[in-house]
Amino acid sequence: MSRDIEAGASRVRFRATGFNPRANPLAAWGSFVVVIALWQLGSSTGFISELAMPSPVAVASALWKLIISGDLWRHLSASLQRLFGGWIIGTVAGLAVGFLVGMFSWARSPGVAMVSALFPIPKIALLPLFIIWFGIGEPSKFATIAFGVFFPTVINTFGGVDNVARNLIRMGQSFDMPMMSIVRKIILPGALPTILSGFRISSSIAIILLIAAEMIGAQYGIGAFILAAGNLYQTDQLIAGVVVLSLLGLCVSWLLGRLDRWLLAWR
Amino acid sequence: MGSGGFVCDFKVMDFAMRLHINGICHSYDQVEALRDIEFGIEPGEIVALIGPSGCGKSTLLSIIGGLLKPTSGKVLMCDQATPDGCLNPLTYVFQDFALLPWRTVAGNISLVLEDHPLGKAEREARIAEVLAQTNLADFAGAYPKQLSGGMKQRVGIARALAVRPAVLLMDEPLSALDAQTRILLLDEFAALFVRTGMTAVYVTHNLNEAVRLAHRVVALRRRPGTIKAIHSIDIPIDQRVEGMPELVAHQNALWDLIRDEAIAADKELDHVA
Ligand SMILES: Nc1ncnc2c1ncn2[C@@H]1O[C@H](COP(=O)(O)OP(=O)(O)O)[C@@H](O)[C@H]1O
Ligand SMILES: [Mg+2]
Repeated sequence: MSRDIEAGASRVRFRATGFNPRANPLAAWGSFVVVIALWQLGSSTGFISELAMPSPVAVASALWKLIISGDLWRHLSASLQRLFGGWIIGTVAGLAVGFLVGMFSWARSPGVAMVSALFPIPKIALLPLFIIWFGIGEPSKFATIAFGVFFPTVINTFGGVDNVARNLIRMGQSFDMPMMSIVRKIILPGALPTILSGFRISSSIAIILLIAAEMIGAQYGIGAFILAAGNLYQTDQLIAGVVVLSLLGLCVSWLLGRLDRWLLAWR
Repeated sequence: MGSGGFVCDFKVMDFAMRLHINGICHSYDQVEALRDIEFGIEPGEIVALIGPSGCGKSTLLSIIGGLLKPTSGKVLMCDQATPDGCLNPLTYVFQDFALLPWRTVAGNISLVLEDHPLGKAEREARIAEVLAQTNLADFAGAYPKQLSGGMKQRVGIARALAVRPAVLLMDEPLSALDAQTRILLLDEFAALFVRTGMTAVYVTHNLNEAVRLAHRVVALRRRPGTIKAIHSIDIPIDQRVEGMPELVAHQNALWDLIRDEAIAADKELDHVA
């Protein structure tokens, strides 16, 4: 019976393949191991010139020397202070302005106009001006980072506020909730996912500006250290500095991930 | 028309109306949505607003609850007999539930109580009470995304009941639900109205809902929205049963009333839901 049906019938082909990449932590770590092993192999065989690109072992030993001499901490703590200080200033100011622009008609058009005009300026171009205003020391670096962080934060915050479902705000109003309660209990949590994803953008901008500012004028800091190593052709130290930056970036994004999971647990 | 005095006259005549919709006209930029809407809602009465999509039902309900400022006219509220502990006389139940996804069921109800001078104990007592009334007691700690549509709307009802409203304003509360859930919730609404003697304005485009729940059905016509007819159904709500011949007769009468409007709405080019 079923034979008869199958005769002259063609089977329906499964077509929904692909477009569904899966995560594989083993492959993630494996790729690091493979790249570093190949790099070491290239250096050991002389295929990669030691001057152009020091071997992983040389980089590791340079990093180790930096750690035990305490130089790493001196540079890193200077950088971290600037990074967090500048980022916090820019973020707080950006959130405040973003909320105003997101909520009030009087702030909307002027705010959007100012942000659109100033956002495209590469903020590092303003460092010389900040140096004139604030001197070569720390304040000019804070200002550069804060300024760079401010604009994306404003844009994200008011975008987030705009995206809070209108019906939830209307609901709050229909229950006669006071303005501050609506802001605190409906608008703020509703805008939070967008604001937090903006933190990822603003923190990477902050790191870029930090390094640039330190390369232009600083005694200590990872940027200054990398520049000095480059000037002396100490490529092992240079790469060690870059590795530290990469780790810094990973730490920041890990912290932001924790913040996401903590604040957005309801998702 | 006399404004403040109007209400008092009714009081004197012992014909007190809780709400009077007084010459409401409303235009959105170009569109004239409502013209000269005039009717009263008596205490304990369920009024259904029916009419095809775009005839201004939601607009009228927003105006009644003070969420939209009419171009002209006013809604008068007669401040007698608000329920004990009433925190928000005109309270909405929304079609899309309007629950905060970051708050639990209990948190969503708590939200509308937190700004009132209630002690923590009283607030929790009210939350527990309305959760029990809506059969949600087991779901107090659940988040909205974990709930079915019907459960979400029950939370919407519980939240509205928590402020002990004088008038419930319901904008198509069942339209986002599947057919089975609608039947269940429709029965629960009928039971709720019977039990509490609540006043309500119930917007729907579903005639079956209107004839099950309403004492009076206000049929609107469109462009601009005006009252086409007001249809009374004088069967007590607790005696109404799905499919009983009197109700079917009322439903057919309503359908005859709005049929032409529905056909016109269906042929409309720029369709706005
Ligand atoms: N925010 C708005 N802006 C402009 N026009 C609107 C707006 N809301 C509703 N309208 C128009 O007003 C009319 C009535 O809308 P609405 O009250 O939502 O009708 P219903 O709820 O009966 O479907 C419709 O023609 C609609 O296009
Ligand atoms: Mg509507």
